[in-house]
Amino acid sequence: MSTTNLNIIGLARDVYKGLPTTLCAGCGHNSITNHLIKALYEFGVEPHRLAKMSGIGCSSKTPAYFVEQAHGFNGLHGRMPSAATGAKLANRELLVLGVSGDGDTASIGLGQYCHMIRRNLDCTYLVENNGCYGLTKGQFSATADAGSKQKNGKINEFTGIDLCGLAVELGASFVARSFSGDGKQLVPLLQAAFAHRGTAILDIVSPCVTFNDHVGSTKSYAYVKEHGFALHTPDFIIGSKEIEVEYEPGAVQDIAFEDGSHVLLRKLERDYDPTSRLGALAVIDETRERGELVTGLLYVDTAARDLCEREQLTQTPLAHLKEDDLRISREEWARLTAPLA
Amino acid sequence: MPHARVNDFTIRVATVNGSGSQSSNLVLSNAIYRLGIPVAPKNVFPSNIEGLPTWFDVRVTAKGYQCRARDVDVLVALNAATWREDVATVRPGGIVVHESAYPLDAQTHRDDVTYFAVPFAEMGKKHFANGDLRKYLVNMIYVGVLGELVGLDDATIEAAVNTQFRSKPAAVETNMQAVRIGIEYAREHLAKQDAFRLEPMRGKTDGTLFMDGNRAAALGCIMGGCTVAAWYPITPSSSLCESFIAFAERYRVDAKTGEKNVAVVQAEDELAAAGMVFGAGWAGARAMTSTSGPGLSLMAEYAGFGYYAEIPGVIFDVQRAGPSTGLPTRTMQGDVAFAYTLSHGDTKHVVLLPATVEEAYAFAMEAFDLAERFQTPVFVLSDLDLGMNAWMSTPLPYPEKPFDRGKVLSAEDLAKLESWGRYRDVDGDGIPYRTLPGTNHERAGFFTRGTGHDEQARYSENPQTWQHGLERLVRKHDTARTRVPQPVADDAGRTVGLIAYGTTHHAVVEARDILHDDGFDVDYLRVRALPLSSGVASFIERHDRVYVVEQNRDGQLYGILRTELPANLVSRVHSIRHYNGVPIDAYAVAQPLLAAERQPA
Repeated sequence: MSTTNLNIIGLARDVYKGLPTTLCAGCGHNSITNHLIKALYEFGVEPHRLAKMSGIGCSSKTPAYFVEQAHGFNGLHGRMPSAATGAKLANRELLVLGVSGDGDTASIGLGQYCHMIRRNLDCTYLVENNGCYGLTKGQFSATADAGSKQKNGKINEFTGIDLCGLAVELGASFVARSFSGDGKQLVPLLQAAFAHRGTAILDIVSPCVTFNDHVGSTKSYAYVKEHGFALHTPDFIIGSKEIEVEYEPGAVQDIAFEDGSHVLLRKLERDYDPTSRLGALAVIDETRERGELVTGLLYVDTAARDLCEREQLTQTPLAHLKEDDLRISREEWARLTAPLA
Repeated sequence: MPHARVNDFTIRVATVNGSGSQSSNLVLSNAIYRLGIPVAPKNVFPSNIEGLPTWFDVRVTAKGYQCRARDVDVLVALNAATWREDVATVRPGGIVVHESAYPLDAQTHRDDVTYFAVPFAEMGKKHFANGDLRKYLVNMIYVGVLGELVGLDDATIEAAVNTQFRSKPAAVETNMQAVRIGIEYAREHLAKQDAFRLEPMRGKTDGTLFMDGNRAAALGCIMGGCTVAAWYPITPSSSLCESFIAFAERYRVDAKTGEKNVAVVQAEDELAAAGMVFGAGWAGARAMTSTSGPGLSLMAEYAGFGYYAEIPGVIFDVQRAGPSTGLPTRTMQGDVAFAYTLSHGDTKHVVLLPATVEEAYAFAMEAFDLAERFQTPVFVLSDLDLGMNAWMSTPLPYPEKPFDRGKVLSAEDLAKLESWGRYRDVDGDGIPYRTLPGTNHERAGFFTRGTGHDEQARYSENPQTWQHGLERLVRKHDTARTRVPQPVADDAGRTVGLIAYGTTHHAVVEARDILHDDGFDVDYLRVRALPLSSGVASFIERHDRVYVVEQNRDGQLYGILRTELPANLVSRVHSIRHYNGVPIDAYAVAQPLLAAERQPA
């Protein structure tokens, strides 16, 4: 095999593969897994540094389907953010990648989702969003839009929770939305999320072919194709690469990350500034009113401090510290526990 | 006139919550302790910030008993709302120091107690202009009054005041002023009494500490190498994590860089706190959370995950009175059965049961070793009495052993192994090997899951695989049986035995003396952990009748014993229970035991 098939850390694409999927044929989640494999391979993630975290549901099974070498943690329904928090605090050298779904995140796990964002835990958090509970056969989830139809004809009466709007509201430092069928957009957004220090939220609409891909669903392939509204075309430039392509002035917004990499956002129909929270909330609200699905990098703040920074954690992973680093000295102990102290 | 009770009586201070009496009560306890006399303070307080009644007992006990005394000898009555009922609690022959404005009427006047009326409020107004400080200082006045009445000199009180206010030395003088006002008043206006007297002692308190169990447990966490703490505030466990934070700020921060060797997260709820603990334990850090019953209920989900996915984590449960919200500021040994099998399905945990401040410290430390050795959640069940009251303790020994990090394979280990399986029982002790995320070896990774898995950590629904997995966990549990803190027995071959655990121990110590004086000696075994050591069954086998004493309504350890003992021993075990929210006293052990033993056959 020629070296051209190896990534920047000298690994073949196969290293980033996992076990065969057990999800339904045509499931959006499988496409996301493939895009993830590409994104991780191109980014040059070291498998041993990757911590794949998930909860419960169809989406949460997918960490078994990529980077088989990496450690995985398939935890509890909706409670992955807390486990991810513990893992990152224990070893800040890990690249924490959480994979969740809309049931996992927007209902049972909404509290942990909010607090992970509030703490700006350094991780990539994917929501594979299909608007329904697949594993329990098609019940509505809390992200189903009001008025959308279930396969059996039931209409959802309740407001759908917009996980991106909520994230921006909560002070998230990276919020993007994409579509499982749009690898061109999703792969660079995933890579930008890996590069970002802090919680990177990626809400990815991912149709459930078995229970929620019919007429009347707002999470179907057909609906998203018709109502998708892309803010820009992202390109990811990894840290070590020079930016070679030249763009017309004003046509591209350049977001630089701490590790030296960039995401270049090529302008489409309208000007959009992803560093404005109000702008992000406005576009989410407007498109929702029009029944459109806005995609792209909605909001980013590359200067926000993440949890480990705020906590002033030592650079050495806490998991590696020894007795001498952690115990009170013998002299101080004698003083501290002296009688009548 | 009866003989004076020297160094053997109980003072009860009845006040209104929020009036700042805690400081004065601790000064009083500390001053008596400084005379070399053992004391046992017990705070019986309400779930309230200000306004509800609160009581503080200082048991003065030459014999060193650490349990609550049933009777009150000296009452300091400073709560008009409970004045009537407080007077009724005083033992005949006792004394009552009270606010002189309180009425002595048909209900409150007793012929068998001596009253000392003191114009506390008036003196406060006269001497302290600052209304905010006044209520605190009035409480220091009673320390002076009591000191004069029972024989506590002002130098000793001053030393105790210095200890109490060591972090704000400016307060010492004002507080001493209040103490002296009390002393002066008593000298001038109160008749001498010699029913209750303090006399300095030697040899009983030498080398001991005075500390609450939560603080001791926090020290155990520091010395046990805990680096991740996640918690949600709840009475009576909050002071455990707060003490940990205080120690961590002192001993885990690099003075030059400000970088920390510890992470503490105040979580959104107890379930998230447990998630953080198991996430951190999975990634190789020593992690803990502390909570009480309601929080433990929320943690059930992650406890089962930790058990089945085999992840270390330490959970402190400072028990309070339940069910439900119950009595948040009262004590109980109510979570023993719940913690032991916390979570759905077949689950059995390791549970440590400290009885003393020294054990609160030592078991906290040991919990981290056991959690990593056995790759499992370890519960440390203290209670409000141990956690929040100050106790006399033997010295806390400096740890001489390194951490036991358990069976962890490094990249070098993996290079030497042809194959490995995360859940394979290589050594026959039920404990498999694990790797930590971040281990740089292509075979290091595995998929941790709460779903059915085989020895390679692969998903499996195979009936045999599932059953074998559960059986290995039983083998692991049986190995733990021999490694957890073993029971402590005083077995002199008597016919009748007592079994207790946790803070009930202190009532049993005094109860055995009471029984001895009554001509009825009993043996004693103290359980210090679950799973039960085989020593428990053999103790029961050596006795005709064994009474299990505990502070809950349903006899939780009694129930566990009945389930786990050989069938022929079950009928030997009986149950004594105390569950009114206040710590158990010796008579609550001795009386039901004697009643059962002396009933006609």
